[in-house]
Amino acid sequence: MKRSTRIRLWVIAGLVGGLEVLCRTEVIGRFTMIPPSEMILGLVRIVRQGDMNADIVATLGNVAVALVSAIVVGFLVGALLFVLPRVRRVIDPLLATYYAIPIFVFYPLLIVLLGLNRFPQIAIGFMLAVVAMIVNTLNGFDRVPQSLLKTARVYRMGRVRTTFLVILPCAMLYIFTGLKLAVAYSFIGVIAAEFILSGEGLGYEISFAYNNFENATMYPLIVLVIGLSALINMVLYAWEKKYLQRQTER
Amino acid sequence: MSTVQAKTTPHAVVTGVTRVFPGAGGRAPVHALGPVDLVLARGEFVSVVGPSGCGKSTLLEILAGLQPPSQGTLVFEDRPVCGQVPDGVGVVFQENAAFPWLTVRENIAFGLRRAGVDGAEVARRVEHALGLMGLADFARSYPAQLSGGMRQRVCIARTLVMQPRLVLLDEPFGALDQQTRLLMGDELLRLWRETGATVLLITHALDEAALLSDRVAVMSARPGRFLDMVETGWPADRDSRLVEDPRLGAISARLWSRLREESLKAMSTGEAAR
Amino acid sequence: MVTRSLLRPLLDAIVLVAVVTLAWQGLYEYAGDVALTPPLETVSLALDLLGSARFWPHVRETGLAVAQGLAIAVLGGLSIGLTLGIHRLSGEVAEPILVALYSIPKITLYPVILLIFGIGMPAKVAFGAIHGIIPIIIFSMNAMRNIHPVYLKTARVMRLGPLPLATRVLLPAALPEVFTGLRVGFALTLVGTLMGEMFGSQRGIGFMLMRAMGSHDMATIMSVTLLLVLFATLVSVALLVVDRRLHRFG
Repeated sequence: MKRSTRIRLWVIAGLVGGLEVLCRTEVIGRFTMIPPSEMILGLVRIVRQGDMNADIVATLGNVAVALVSAIVVGFLVGALLFVLPRVRRVIDPLLATYYAIPIFVFYPLLIVLLGLNRFPQIAIGFMLAVVAMIVNTLNGFDRVPQSLLKTARVYRMGRVRTTFLVILPCAMLYIFTGLKLAVAYSFIGVIAAEFILSGEGLGYEISFAYNNFENATMYPLIVLVIGLSALINMVLYAWEKKYLQRQTER
Repeated sequence: MSTVQAKTTPHAVVTGVTRVFPGAGGRAPVHALGPVDLVLARGEFVSVVGPSGCGKSTLLEILAGLQPPSQGTLVFEDRPVCGQVPDGVGVVFQENAAFPWLTVRENIAFGLRRAGVDGAEVARRVEHALGLMGLADFARSYPAQLSGGMRQRVCIARTLVMQPRLVLLDEPFGALDQQTRLLMGDELLRLWRETGATVLLITHALDEAALLSDRVAVMSARPGRFLDMVETGWPADRDSRLVEDPRLGAISARLWSRLREESLKAMSTGEAAR
Repeated sequence: MVTRSLLRPLLDAIVLVAVVTLAWQGLYEYAGDVALTPPLETVSLALDLLGSARFWPHVRETGLAVAQGLAIAVLGGLSIGLTLGIHRLSGEVAEPILVALYSIPKITLYPVILLIFGIGMPAKVAFGAIHGIIPIIIFSMNAMRNIHPVYLKTARVMRLGPLPLATRVLLPAALPEVFTGLRVGFALTLVGTLMGEMFGSQRGIGFMLMRAMGSHDMATIMSVTLLLVLFATLVSVALLVVDRRLHRFG
């Protein structure tokens, strides 16, 4: 194991351990936070009893719909903008400033437009994720080196073959960055929307537990959401390290 | 002297080729090349040297069919070259053009697979090329994991497995150190002798051109025209040990005497600063 | 030629605004009065809002929260980020943790912050700050790491002391990346503060939006959303112009 990895594990263990001690000695009161060990036990209990299964399924389903549509639409729009440079020039300022706009302010509007159901939540997740996908798809296509395109011509490849055998594999590295961000953003968007106003899902259950002073339910759920998103993030990170980084320049 | 007499059968013929890039954004058009004439005989090794920005890479890309000439004609194996890279032509670029998402083996096999060569034959030729270029131990590596010299070998191997009859090299050793360049030059000469292909090498290194070639064409500053054609008179089985030969110095000296004025011209107009 | 290069972005911007306005009008024709207000009416509503007395206390509240959150994020982010950039091992230990923190739905931590600080200004400030501080840390850490080693060697050859080294070499070399971090940090602090106000608050723009949604007050929702988007876009464009100018030297 690398030295930095070992130190990192110790740091995290120290932080969790410290929190445990502070909670157990009532330096941090029970109404503020329950000890980390109880969070884990609570999580095991919740998963065993299956009380939250419907919410877990609802949240993951919404994230999945938001993510898949953001990936498909983002890629297609990115590809379209790449072949239409004039349109791209007009849209470019919007893409560059998009993430400065607090997308969540559209949530009330979306609820009015689409009703108080799962669609406004999916829409927020989609809106947050899609532009990361567009920007990185464009970036990927931009970075295909001229020398590779010339090589395709030396092999006398047509447009279609050049696209599928040279441009797409080459752009994949950057498109994957967009994908990684889209996963994180669709998760953030859906959970936050559920949290602010909704009737089901993990975000809703956390805010419900908060409003009812149920720390014994709230903290395990927070651990579940954070753990889930950190896990997905780590899997993508590891996959990228293993398969994609060997293809990039040192 | 712009026209050069071919030694034997003409393999590729360039006649009156010019290249003018249209001016972008209201600027004046740039006359980059020509007019130039060049005849490559079958199986000979010709280099083109010239100051930076003189259009020598443009000449290569026009000959490869990657760029259209503004004027003039190109003939390869008695057929005109227009808009497409002709069958039997291989190109090695200066930039790293190995596909980063393919292993060394997959890179070398890429062109053969595209050409529909059957699997067993692909495997045979790729194994042969891996051995020939000293890449056997790196067959499963990705280009990014290799040094610059190794990567350029992948590109050369990838070109050679296609068994091209005309090989165009655009400053292939430009990014390599001097020792590696000499060794790669030896390998290139060996491959040239074994395959019998015609070779056109674009380079800015005078000694490299003097050592490797049968003939060296000297180009002027932009717009590039041929100023001189130097016959080296080396035997076919030459290699880098020629550095000891006093004749090599004499050839390099002659090239430099033709080029010095031109390089100064190129530098003062800022062409050298690419 | 000069006038042409100046006119072009202006023309593009006009086209972009026209297209967005048309799409908005189209959506209005389709969805009707219940769902949203048309562009022109919204602009006049927004102007009314800017002139009304009820609006400014909320702006003040949100503005104060963002300013304080940003101050904490900038000061904390710069000192942590620059330190992690200089001390390589700490940077290696911290980086995956920071990336994970960036990608988790931080809104789930909001109840924890409310339990610690109670509803009110400090909770909003804290929530804005935890959003803004992470990109600032990540960008300034990378800015320090990516300083070309030859600059440091050159400085040693010129026998620069520690202070000139910091102010004349390190700072200018790291500035473009650091600034990008500040730009992203600002956007996220604003998002975080607004999200916090939407969930648990009695004052501020976010609260105003949620209350308007509760009473189905489309005029307020639309005009507040419009003003927020305009404000965020203007600030972001200004920061982006500075950002691009700084990066030109790099």
